[in-house]
Amino acid sequence: MNGQPTHFAPLARLLHWSMALLILAMLFIGAGMVASVSERHEWLIHIHKPLGALLLVLVILRLIVRLSTRQPPLPADMPGWQALAAKLSHYLLYALMLMLPLVGWAMLSAAGDPIMLGSAVQLPSILPANATSFAVLRKAHRYLAYLLFLTVLLHLAAALFHGLIRRDGVLESMLKGRD
Amino acid sequence: MQDRSAPPRRPLNTASKVMRLTGIALVVAVTAAAFAYVNGSLDSHRLTPRKLVDNLETNNGIYPGYRRNHAKGVCVVGYFENSGQLREYSSAAVFSDARTPLVGRFALAGGNPQAPDSGAPVRSLALRFELANGEQWRTGMNTMPVFPVSTPEAFYEMLQAGRPDPATGKPDPGAMPKFFAAHPESAAFLQWVKSAKPSASYATETYNGINAFYLVNAAGKRQAVRWSVVPLDQNAADAAIAQDANVLEPDLAQRLASGPLRWQLRMTLGKPEDPTSDATKVWPGDRTVLDAGTVVLQEIQPQNSGECRDINYDPLILPSGIEGSDDPLLAARSAVYANSYLRRTSEVGKLPAATATKESRQ
Repeated sequence: MNGQPTHFAPLARLLHWSMALLILAMLFIGAGMVASVSERHEWLIHIHKPLGALLLVLVILRLIVRLSTRQPPLPADMPGWQALAAKLSHYLLYALMLMLPLVGWAMLSAAGDPIMLGSAVQLPSILPANATSFAVLRKAHRYLAYLLFLTVLLHLAAALFHGLIRRDGVLESMLKGRD
Repeated sequence: MQDRSAPPRRPLNTASKVMRLTGIALVVAVTAAAFAYVNGSLDSHRLTPRKLVDNLETNNGIYPGYRRNHAKGVCVVGYFENSGQLREYSSAAVFSDARTPLVGRFALAGGNPQAPDSGAPVRSLALRFELANGEQWRTGMNTMPVFPVSTPEAFYEMLQAGRPDPATGKPDPGAMPKFFAAHPESAAFLQWVKSAKPSASYATETYNGINAFYLVNAAGKRQAVRWSVVPLDQNAADAAIAQDANVLEPDLAQRLASGPLRWQLRMTLGKPEDPTSDATKVWPGDRTVLDAGTVVLQEIQPQNSGECRDINYDPLILPSGIEGSDDPLLAARSAVYANSYLRRTSEVGKLPAATATKESRQ
C-alpha cells in the first residue's frame, strides 16, 4: 500500500497500556480518598502524590513518542462523525493527562503545603500560596478528573466497538503487531 | 505490510450484534458503577468528610470564609527555639536546627466566629513550623487533656446529639447525656469539663496535642509520644472569665505589646503498654517528659488578614522524623480539615477583613 503503519510503535503501546492501568487506578484512588475519613484516606494520599508525579513524567514521554512515531490511520470507511469524535477525544485525553497532575501540583502549591513524594523527595512550589487560587484549582482538579473518567469510558466503549462490532483492526493496532 | 481492510469480516447477524453491544454497555456500566461506589455515591451510610463538615454547619450555622470549627481566633507569629534534647529520638530538622520560624493561631472551640469568649472552656493553639529544609510540621492542640471520643464514627454521633431540632432551633436536651451514657470512653473528658473554667487569657493555658505520634530517629527507631505546650512565665489566672466577655484577643495583644510570650514544648515518651490509638485515655503520670524547646510568640495578627488565615492545620503534615500513630482520629482530622479548607477558601472574598483589622488594633 502506501507504507502507512498498521499498528502503534511498541514503545507507544507499552506507554498506552501502563498509563491506562495507572490512570484508572489514580482516578479510583482520588475518588476514594476524598470520600473517606479512615486511615484509607491517609495511605491513598501517599500513593496519589508520587503516582501523579510519575504520570506527569509518563505523559511527557508519551507526547514525545507520539510526535516522533507514526500512527496507523483510521479505517477509510469510518463515518466522518466517528473519525472526528476519535480525533477530538484523543486531543482531550492528552490535554487532561497533562493538566491533571499539573493542576494537582499547583493546587498543593497554592495551599502552601510542602509537596512531598514520600518522606524524602520534595517538589518545589509552582505557585505562590493563595487561598482563592487554591479553591479554584482544587475544584478544577475534581471536575477535570471526572471529565477524564468520562472520556476514558468513552474511549473504552469505542475501542470495544472497533474490536467487537466493526472488527476493523483499530483495537488490534494497539494490541499487537511487529515492525 | 498488511492492508487494514484485508481480513475478511463476516457480517454479524442481529442477535450477535445485540449481544456484543450489550457486552460493551455492561463493561462501561460496571466500571462506572465501581467508580460511583468508591466515591461514595452508592454508599449513603459511609462516613465521609463532607458528612462531618455538613453536620458542623448544621449545628453551628454557616459563617462564610471562616473555619467550620474553632472559627473565632487570632494569628500569632514567632519561632521555636530547640533544646537539642530530642535529637536522639527524632531526625526531624526542627530538633536539630537552633531556630525554626512558626505561624500559629489561638482559637475557641465552636463554629461561631462571634461567640463570646466565656461560652466554652476549650481553647486551642495551632502551630505551623517551617523547617529550613522546606518541610513543615503542623499541629493543632487543645486545652483539654483528652478527646471526648476515640473514633470519627463516635464523633459523628456526638455531633448528631448536638443537632438543633428544626422545630425549636435548640438541641434536644436529653440527647447529649444519652450520648455520653452510651460512650463511657468520654469519662475523662467529662471529668475535665467539670473542673475547667473558661480562661480569661490564651497566654496562661497549656495546650495538648492529644493524639499520639511517633518520633523516628536516624536509625529508624520509633518512640510513641504525646506533646503539650506549657506556659513558661505566664501564671494561670484563677479568675473565671466574665459572662459574654470578649477579652482573649485584647489580652493577648496587650501581653505581646510588652514582650514575647513563651511556652515549653514537652514530649511525653509513651511506654509500649500506653495506648496510641485512643485519644480518650490519658497516659500514666510517671512517664518521662522531655523539654523539646521553647515556643516563642512575638506578634499578633488579625485572623482575617494574618498569615494563619490560609493555613490548614492538618495534623498529618509532618516532617520526616515525626509520624502519625494508629489513632483513627488523625486521618479523620486530616480528611475533614481538607473539606472545611476548600469550603472556606472558596469564600475568602466574603470575609469582613477590613473590619477585623480595625477591631484588633488598639
